[in-house]
Amino acid sequence: MSKSNVEDQKVRVYVMGREYKVPFGLTIMKAMEYAGYRFIRGAGCRGGFCGACATVYRMEGDYKLRVTLACQKTVEDGMYLTQLPFTPANKPVYEVEKLSPSVNVLLEYYPEMAKCVSCNTCTKACPQDLEVMDYVQAALRGDFEEVARLSFDCITCGLCAMRCPTEIVPYSAALLARRLYGKYVMPRAKHVDERIKEIEDGKFDGEIKNLMGASLDVLKEMYTKREIEK
Amino acid sequence: MKIPYFPGCAMKTTAKNYEISAMAVAGKLGIEMIELPRWNCCGVFPSLANDDLMRHVAPVRNLIRVQEMNKSGMIENEYRLVTLCSMCYHTLKEADLFVKDKEKLTKINTFMDREEEYRGGVKVLSFLELLKEVGYEKISKEVKKPLKGLKVAPYYGCLLLRPREIGIDDPENPTILEELLEVLGVEVVDNPCKVQCCGSYHTIDRKSIVAKLTYDNLIYSIGSGAEAIATCCPLCTFNLDSRQKEARELYRDLKETPIIYYTQLMAIAFGLEEKFCGLDLDLHYVDPKPLLKTKNFC
Repeated sequence: MSKSNVEDQKVRVYVMGREYKVPFGLTIMKAMEYAGYRFIRGAGCRGGFCGACATVYRMEGDYKLRVTLACQKTVEDGMYLTQLPFTPANKPVYEVEKLSPSVNVLLEYYPEMAKCVSCNTCTKACPQDLEVMDYVQAALRGDFEEVARLSFDCITCGLCAMRCPTEIVPYSAALLARRLYGKYVMPRAKHVDERIKEIEDGKFDGEIKNLMGASLDVLKEMYTKREIEK
Repeated sequence: MKIPYFPGCAMKTTAKNYEISAMAVAGKLGIEMIELPRWNCCGVFPSLANDDLMRHVAPVRNLIRVQEMNKSGMIENEYRLVTLCSMCYHTLKEADLFVKDKEKLTKINTFMDREEEYRGGVKVLSFLELLKEVGYEKISKEVKKPLKGLKVAPYYGCLLLRPREIGIDDPENPTILEELLEVLGVEVVDNPCKVQCCGSYHTIDRKSIVAKLTYDNLIYSIGSGAEAIATCCPLCTFNLDSRQKEARELYRDLKETPIIYYTQLMAIAFGLEEKFCGLDLDLHYVDPKPLLKTKNFC
């Protein structure tokens, strides 16, 4: 691509108000790095899984406040961007072993949830397209299974909490709900119990011992010839 | 008849016995109550502040779900929404009234980014109204075990009756519950306190207030011979039932009296299986079973 062509392919983005011309096709994160920013926070896996690069933006001339993950969305002309590298949220301490999956346990740790007015702003703020408000509502009526199901793909980016007008932190409550669901409601996986018993009975001790004692070359060969479980 | 149904939180927790019995009874009467596929809190109480627009977003969103059910074909041209909980009835009905003001409707609809707009006109019904519409004659045909000799006093509370614009019956002297109880064969005992306040949310932080109201609301009908009280609201039921503990600490003359949803009485009178009467869910403070057993109703 000739130089002028590259110039043609550039789009204007605004990082904290300042205009940069960046190549079309870059993700927001790469575009910011192109513009000279270096991420020491607010960047993680770069694959859309870790939730570290929550980004808020508006398009020029449009009132709508939009959200995305900087590592996932490619730049568009006229984006006004800012990063949200951290979300201040209370972190209650609990021991899942000592809790019970009763209706009120979520409200006990996250009483502000009862203030939900069903405005759905959290849902609109979710870059994972989760039905956040619906799971907050399910949490209010103690339906752990529904909370677990609806919040499963949450990456705890924090955007829902920052947008909530009643200051709820949906993702933390959902995390507790999923823990309770996994521990007390979901049936135990039989094959996992069996495997744990095999480990405890020492079935793999010899194999581990061999691995620990093997030279690097042997390890490499074992790795390349390993049987990949389907 | 297929009709959209809004449960509300109590039906899934403290009032499972209400929902189970109502669903079973409805089934017998050929009413299929279809739970909204998505629902949120009814909105609980409209706010008493002048600017209470925000409090109506939740109920209106639920009303939109009725539109969506029609659109998706889950239901055919049925824009009524039936409720069991009096609080939900009250809040949803009030919200529909609230958005009769077009300006308010427009404002609320701006919150509906992902839903279609609320067009107005979803008719919120209490299950009691629906039963009246089905007809007491039809209901009487389902009564296999008339509750003869069971003395029951009705209790309405406030939310189904007031304010008048949204009430299902006369706000001072309603009779819809008595009419139904009579069809079941119950000996209806007059309850002069049937539309009194149950104490509502004071039950959480001011138990003594509710204990006193519970005593007042029960003592006259018990004095007139009532052996049980029939209720239609989960909060009233909780207060009248559970707060008898505190009431009896204050007033030694209060006789423990079972509080039972009218739908449970219907399920018993219809001769439905015990699991549909909701008596074994550990939700009653005063167990109604000993009384029902002495009368051979269960």
